[in-house]
Amino acid sequence: MDGQAILARVRERLGAGVLDTHAYRGDHTAILARAALTEALAFCRDDAALRFDMLIDLTAVDYLKYPGREDGPRFDVIYHLYSVDHNHRLRLKVPVEQDDASVPTASGVWPIANWLEREVWDMYGIRFEGHPDLRRLLMYEEFVGHALRKDYPINRRQPLIGPKV
Amino acid sequence: MAVERATRELFLGEGGAGSQNLYVNMGPAHPAMHGIIRIFAELDGEMVVKADVEIGYLHRAFEKDCEAHVYGNAIPFTDRLNYVSPLINNFGYASAVEKLLGIEITERCKYIRVIMSEISRICDHLTCVGASAMELGAFTVFLYMIKAREFLWELVEDVTGARLTISYGRIGGVKADLPAGFDLKVKKAFSETRQVLEEVHKLITGNRIFMDRMVGVGALSRADTIAWGITGPLLRAAGVPFDLRKVQPYWAYDRMEFEVPLGVNGDNFDRYLVRMAEMEQAMRIAEQGLEGIPGGSIQVDWEGRAIDPDIYVDLGKQGKTEGLLLIPITLSPNLQGQDRGAHRRVDVSDKRVVLPPKEAAYGSIEGLMNHFKLVIEGQKIPAGEAYVATEGGNGELGFYLVSDGSGRPYRVRVRPPCFYAMGALGRMLRGHMIADVITTFGQINMIGGECDR
Repeated sequence: MDGQAILARVRERLGAGVLDTHAYRGDHTAILARAALTEALAFCRDDAALRFDMLIDLTAVDYLKYPGREDGPRFDVIYHLYSVDHNHRLRLKVPVEQDDASVPTASGVWPIANWLEREVWDMYGIRFEGHPDLRRLLMYEEFVGHALRKDYPINRRQPLIGPKV
Repeated sequence: MAVERATRELFLGEGGAGSQNLYVNMGPAHPAMHGIIRIFAELDGEMVVKADVEIGYLHRAFEKDCEAHVYGNAIPFTDRLNYVSPLINNFGYASAVEKLLGIEITERCKYIRVIMSEISRICDHLTCVGASAMELGAFTVFLYMIKAREFLWELVEDVTGARLTISYGRIGGVKADLPAGFDLKVKKAFSETRQVLEEVHKLITGNRIFMDRMVGVGALSRADTIAWGITGPLLRAAGVPFDLRKVQPYWAYDRMEFEVPLGVNGDNFDRYLVRMAEMEQAMRIAEQGLEGIPGGSIQVDWEGRAIDPDIYVDLGKQGKTEGLLLIPITLSPNLQGQDRGAHRRVDVSDKRVVLPPKEAAYGSIEGLMNHFKLVIEGQKIPAGEAYVATEGGNGELGFYLVSDGSGRPYRVRVRPPCFYAMGALGRMLRGHMIADVITTFGQINMIGGECDR
């Protein structure tokens, strides 16, 4: 299925849940409302024409300092999907406000989302509602803040943890 | 007496009857595991009931660091992702930036990327198979494999000037052209590697101890492997013909003839067999690449008028300088193949993207300014986003870039292939013996630099 047809199919099913779609450099993207996310992910996986059985990547972008988006929603949570059967790809984006930084979990749809969401929580502080075990993944529990946020200074140091010698 | 009772309860459960599970910490630095991770396992006897895997010990803020540098500066950082096959990381990152720019690299560069990627892939598989065989006691196999890797790393050193942190990829091309006589060296190294692989096959494929430890261990079904997002040799061992070089060909892979080896059961033994078969396929691809590379070998230039540097110097000493400057030399020893002739063939001719040849940077004001702007301000990449996937040693290596139109990336995200297998490790270990942790972990081929970034 080519990218435009995939976008049309997603739009047909979700209606107003799709805020916008675009294609840039051959990557097709659908921007979704948060309320439609759970339905969209399950639909993308289970629909016979789409069959996105693989969650290739789940990450986020902090648009705090992005020119032209200072007033918009601060974060985008980004899903890259791939279908092994049909050999096609799709990118889904969900804008999230800073004051209410949470999205529903995808760990019920793809088990690997468990770890990927833990990493996004760790790095961006975005909560995943319904996640079974939302701990930090790469950093340690005592770490303060979320390192990939644009307002986290790159040269900030935090005390070393561990037993005192 | 209290102590005795406590000990008794520890082993026999409360009240001294029945049993209770034992919790064991493996790692972060376990002698039988190559890689720093912690596995917190709940054991029932020798059986793993539940395993919690903890990663992040090698986290060094790769993604955050990239945001603070110009695009080109991320190339050395990508060396340190999968440090066994750094060339693939270099080229993958460069491809992502090129996609954002919308430029097409030269034909010769595509072939160089294919050849060098395949040599790296063999290194990756050799290391994985060698190390996991060593962990089962087959130390000879490890030594043989490392010997073969040495031949290949000599090739890499020949081309890039370094062995591990090679920084050979460039946005819009590669650092330098292939050196003189490279195809002959490859032929020799491959024949040695083939011999080693044959010896290893004789040593361990079918070996009773090896088979007992590998067959049926750590298996994941086809559906599970896909649901966990696992790609590469582990997915192909489960019988799924997913290889990006075949299904979504990039660079020059659509012109190469090769097979995608598939397993059946998705267990550790199939993963081993897939890796062994893939090394042979990778050598086939590299050989075809060297045969089909346009522009021919660097030994003779396009007019057939190349001479060696020492002859060049001798002629100069004898005063025979007439016309000498017009004759290209095979490879300038001090410019590392960065002279104009070599440069033109492997890099796109776009001043916004590619550093000028060294003669221009040192010899003309335009070249100097061009060099300065690219190094200090970086390549100005149009605002937008792009995801590029290449087939790394462990599976799909993806780079997702967001640009805001400046010379520094706004966001760099790496999709590390072994991260996904590590996520599924707890699932793979469940129901197996504690000793099987070693083989399963070995076949995942976790590379800390890539997994923890």
